[in-house]
Amino acid sequence: MLEIKNLHVKLEEEDKQILKGVDLTVEAGKVHAIMGPNGSGKSTLSYVLSGRDGYEVTEGSATLEGEEILEMEPEERAAAGLFLAFQYPVEIPGVGNMTFLRTAVNAQRKARGEEELSAGDFLKVVREKAKSLKISPEMLKRPVNVGFSGGEKKRNEILQMAMLEPKMCILDETDSGLDVDAMKLVAEGVNALRDEGRAFLVITHYQRLLDHIKPDVVHIMADGRIVKTGGPELALEVEQNGYADILSEVA
Amino acid sequence: MAVAQAKLDATEARLAGLTMPEAAGWTKPAREEALARLLAVGLPGRRDEYWKYTRPDLLTAPEPKPAALFDHGEPPVFDEIERLKIVFVDGVFDAAASDPLEGEGLEIARLAEAQGADIHWAKDLYGQLEKDGQDPVERPLATLNTAFATDGVLIRATGKVKKPVSLMYLHRSETSDAVLHHVIRVEEDAELTVLENGPAAARFNKVMEVDVAENGSFHHIRAQGRDHERQAATHLFGRVAKEATFKSFTLTVNGVLTRNEIVLDIRGDDAVAHVAGACVGDGDFHCDTTVFITHDAVNCESRQVFKKVLRNGATGVFQGKILVKEGAQKTDGYQISQSLLLDDDAQFYAKPELEIYADDVACSHGSTSGAIDEEALFYLRSRGVPQADAQDLLVLAFLAEAIEEIESEEIADCILARLEGWLSRHRG
Repeated sequence: MLEIKNLHVKLEEEDKQILKGVDLTVEAGKVHAIMGPNGSGKSTLSYVLSGRDGYEVTEGSATLEGEEILEMEPEERAAAGLFLAFQYPVEIPGVGNMTFLRTAVNAQRKARGEEELSAGDFLKVVREKAKSLKISPEMLKRPVNVGFSGGEKKRNEILQMAMLEPKMCILDETDSGLDVDAMKLVAEGVNALRDEGRAFLVITHYQRLLDHIKPDVVHIMADGRIVKTGGPELALEVEQNGYADILSEVA
Repeated sequence: MAVAQAKLDATEARLAGLTMPEAAGWTKPAREEALARLLAVGLPGRRDEYWKYTRPDLLTAPEPKPAALFDHGEPPVFDEIERLKIVFVDGVFDAAASDPLEGEGLEIARLAEAQGADIHWAKDLYGQLEKDGQDPVERPLATLNTAFATDGVLIRATGKVKKPVSLMYLHRSETSDAVLHHVIRVEEDAELTVLENGPAAARFNKVMEVDVAENGSFHHIRAQGRDHERQAATHLFGRVAKEATFKSFTLTVNGVLTRNEIVLDIRGDDAVAHVAGACVGDGDFHCDTTVFITHDAVNCESRQVFKKVLRNGATGVFQGKILVKEGAQKTDGYQISQSLLLDDDAQFYAKPELEIYADDVACSHGSTSGAIDEEALFYLRSRGVPQADAQDLLVLAFLAEAIEEIESEEIADCILARLEGWLSRHRG
């Protein structure tokens, strides 16, 4: 699904190398987790994949179903099936959540040459999906993320994911700022979307999210590289011993 | 200070082409008095403080600068609204295109016809609110209008008028110069909505005087657009009585020169006055919103919400003042003027002012200029919304607070449709 090869990325504004040769392959139907200490480049990886400004790819490639994505505009990547659940979802005063969702869904359909959803059909689907994420109709009417609690913002990210039905979902520290109940709700939302044709890349600091979203593969990232790859037991090891042991082992 | 000779000469030159109507009837004293006032102060000049950000030259020149006609193919903005149409073409009343000047709870007459009558309800209003609005800042273009208006409508609402009265200003001649003066009186407990749209003429000078009596309600929504080269100076004078409501919204799209002055005098206790505006400009666009609200009563609320979106050298001006007179306690005054600058060439000049002589008031004002929110733009794009669409969405979101001031959803939708049309024609 997603294949990253020898990816080197530096900050555009300054001469600072963040990613120093990331190799990663996520297969369809699988959940991969990336863990790592602060500053290891996890969030940068998610931003670069989604097309955010401010980064320069100096080497390497990233393909989605064989198609190079690093040269695409962010909206083209989205239409190709990539989705990033933001660590800090952005508030957009003046744009209703419902309008936002509908505009996004229809923009992607249009880009893929599909017919736009009618207002009625859209409403039906969004209400049903919102309900399962405990997102109230009132939240759908409010401006995007404005006045939402941390948990509501993250649930809103998952709702967008559910509506857009991407192939490759990247979750950037989706557990940050969530209490246990909110995390469960978010995890249930994600699990409901697990599918043979869909892959996930879950970026997290902590094992606890992975109790709820069970990964197939766990990667440890440090200093801009994937330094260790293993099964779910790797996350447990981190939880018990921290990163120090693993890092000294690979150093 | 004596008025500079050059200014008086310029005023003379402008007046040379104007004549007072022969049968001015009951408007004659007001017109003559206005002419005397005008000659005493002269037309605005470049050095006038009140015209610091807007050059008055095109508005005061003897002849209008020709303005090309432009058809963007969209139907007139309020076409979907059931309304009473009154049409002026290049400032000349078009009877064939207009509806009969009558309606339940309404008295309507044309200024050009009614001024011949012996007595008229508008006698004490014509030129009066304009005159009251000259202090403390002179507005000579409005005074010129009172003296030389060729026509206009006199509208009196005596009940709750359901159908909006719609003034449509069509522009057919590239060199037309129109001077129209409307007088509106909303009687006690009455309600009236007035719509205005259209470019009117190559050059348009318009005054609207609105007197809202106790517990009356006046809503005004106008759309200025279409012909880009037209030049307009408009004045809206309002007098608001006890428990009355006065609300005005203006959309300005296109226009090399637009100066909209709004002067409100809140005279009665517990009254509400809201003025709002949205404008979008590209290139050699210039839109000046100048507002002066005087609170002279207790427990009144006033609100000014003006938003401007500018690109490619377009210029926006906002001069807004709240004057709270001694004794106008419990005044709640709010003013916000914001611009969204879509590139480095756009310009926004803001001069917000508060002058308060009462001690128990809540007044706030704010003015900002900013670029589009890059974070929000990326967020939208990351969800698949193409950049141009995402930008339009954020532009409309920026304007939303002003558009929300329009109470009628139906009318707000007309304004939104017009904005969306403009945005789709002005991309990249």
